Amino acid sequence: MKSKVAFLPYGIWMLLFTIVPLGLVAYFGLTDEAGHWTMSNLIRVSDYAYVFIKSIWLAVVATVICLIIAYPLAYILSRISENRQRMMVMIVMLPMWMNFLLRTYAWMTLLEGTGIINSLLKIIGIGPLNMINTAGAVVLGMVYNYLPFMILPLYSIMTKIDGSVIEAAQDLGSNNWQVFSKIVLPLSVPGITTGIIMVFVPAVSTFIISRMLGGNTTMLIGDLIELQFLGNAYNPNLGAAISMVLMVLILICMTFLNKMDSEEMEGMLI
Amino acid sequence: MKKLTAVLLVLCMAFGLFATGCQKENENVTVKVEDESYYSQYKDKGYEINVYNWGEYISTGADDTMDVIGEFEKLSGIKVNYTNFATNEELYAKLRTGAVSYDVIIPSDYMIGRMAKEGMLEPLNLENIPNYKFIDPQFTSKSYDPDNTYSVPYTWGTVGIIYNKTMVDEADVDTWDILWNEKYAGNILMFSNSRDAFGIALMKLGYNVNTEDEGEIKLAAEELKKQKPVIQAYVMDEIFDKMESGEAAVAPYYAGDAITMIAEAPDLAFSVPKEGTNLFIDAMCIPKGAKNKELAEVFINFMCETEVAKANIETIGYSTPQVKALEALDEDLRNNPIAYPPEDVIQNPQVFENLSDATNKLYDKLWTEILASSGH
Repeated sequence: MKSKVAFLPYGIWMLLFTIVPLGLVAYFGLTDEAGHWTMSNLIRVSDYAYVFIKSIWLAVVATVICLIIAYPLAYILSRISENRQRMMVMIVMLPMWMNFLLRTYAWMTLLEGTGIINSLLKIIGIGPLNMINTAGAVVLGMVYNYLPFMILPLYSIMTKIDGSVIEAAQDLGSNNWQVFSKIVLPLSVPGITTGIIMVFVPAVSTFIISRMLGGNTTMLIGDLIELQFLGNAYNPNLGAAISMVLMVLILICMTFLNKMDSEEMEGMLI
Repeated sequence: MKKLTAVLLVLCMAFGLFATGCQKENENVTVKVEDESYYSQYKDKGYEINVYNWGEYISTGADDTMDVIGEFEKLSGIKVNYTNFATNEELYAKLRTGAVSYDVIIPSDYMIGRMAKEGMLEPLNLENIPNYKFIDPQFTSKSYDPDNTYSVPYTWGTVGIIYNKTMVDEADVDTWDILWNEKYAGNILMFSNSRDAFGIALMKLGYNVNTEDEGEIKLAAEELKKQKPVIQAYVMDEIFDKMESGEAAVAPYYAGDAITMIAEAPDLAFSVPKEGTNLFIDAMCIPKGAKNKELAEVFINFMCETEVAKANIETIGYSTPQVKALEALDEDLRNNPIAYPPEDVIQNPQVFENLSDATNKLYDKLWTEILASSGH
């Protein structure tokens, strides 16, 4: 009984700020401007399949790059002395203290044709390289902004891997590769899945990164949705329908990942 | 300059040195107004108004200019919450959602027409805006607001081509075709708002910018899709950085902003294409549901004060419809052919009018398609 009372404020919060907004998104997505039920918005979403494919592709690339960068770092972090760990984790977090827009804006000044990197390249006689307003710049922005979200869950799961387990494996004659593939990797799977979700979801729905680093020419789902609400093509019904499709896609990805996660866990227990 | 500021800011923040802004201590009102008692009656009542304006569209007090908002607050005691929008469409979307409340907004001609038609504007009481008498009648009673019910003109100007003389062949700049020219691929910027972008495509094709003909509009959309591969970026206020630094070579933009950019970067120049240009008027309005209509009118009146209008125009570079302010301007600015073009330069000025709902819908749909297209 007591726990029910304690849950009440959270329940109200969830109802007001999660369930009701979701219902509104669904309502807008399934009605036309006059408020009549229609499927036409959802059908129109298919016109933008290209945008969906591009967004998902760029987000997948960014997520994979994040994982490749973050995994070794997280492992190294978890194996050094605790004082240095704290220090290093703080350095990982440090960029997040700065405003997201400012960080992305800084990349703009770095990557531009007349920007800092190209000015330096010019001195040594290379370039100018065309870096800004490309899909690559957008991926870079995603990796830079979301990397900490990959490092932190990986790091926290890896600190829980007991060093004695690794030593035991080594005592029993496992080589380094076997230690990694049989011990470290399976034990870190929950961190990998959390990291992937925490990078992929914001990356697939971002809009400001593609606007600033992609020059609005690399349109992503987030830009498309923003355009329908705040931008130059006011159509909240279509925007809501696109959001719904995006949510379903993310849901599918997460279910898939969670399934992978629990199967790995089971495999480990056996 | 802005770029440098950004880099410095990043550095400051990286080292945890948050620079604290210096508040101006001067409490004395310095601006001369027509009738001080008109403003002072609102003092010490704790009044507040919300003003929603374009970015970089007011004199802010930087570099010894007048801090217009600050002067107004000191003079009238009315607190101003000042925020920015980037495009007319953004303003429209914000107001349509109804989640916000503004007292003064500054849309452009065609958007005023649309909002008036959709009942989103409050009729003004011109008796509360005595400085309306300074507005040149040439800029009032336009088709978007024929009886001057809803709007008081703030600025006007033309749309033309701003280009970098070192990167562009000056023989190419007298036509809108330059924005489709493969020679400058990757160095061309384009408007990121549908009305201006379509307007240029329509003028390029020789159509009227207010056409309701679906075929013509679709052809314009095709033109814009064809243009996408040579476009570096779709921009609004980002254009200042990109043009001033030489990041891009050519872009269509508003004459007033061109003056500001040329002042920063002398390599830049401005030209009005021979196919014609869009003559626009931005005017102050009060949206329906404004909490303080009377105070909003006080603010609008203040913006029409000669000294204030002059300070704003000197900062933003646009052209003023306020006759006394125009007279008071420096010789250089008053005779600047970009801001006040001689009649033979603007051969075919077209003023945007409000389009029918169906056409607006078509614009929205086609614009989304253009931006979402692969561009190849």
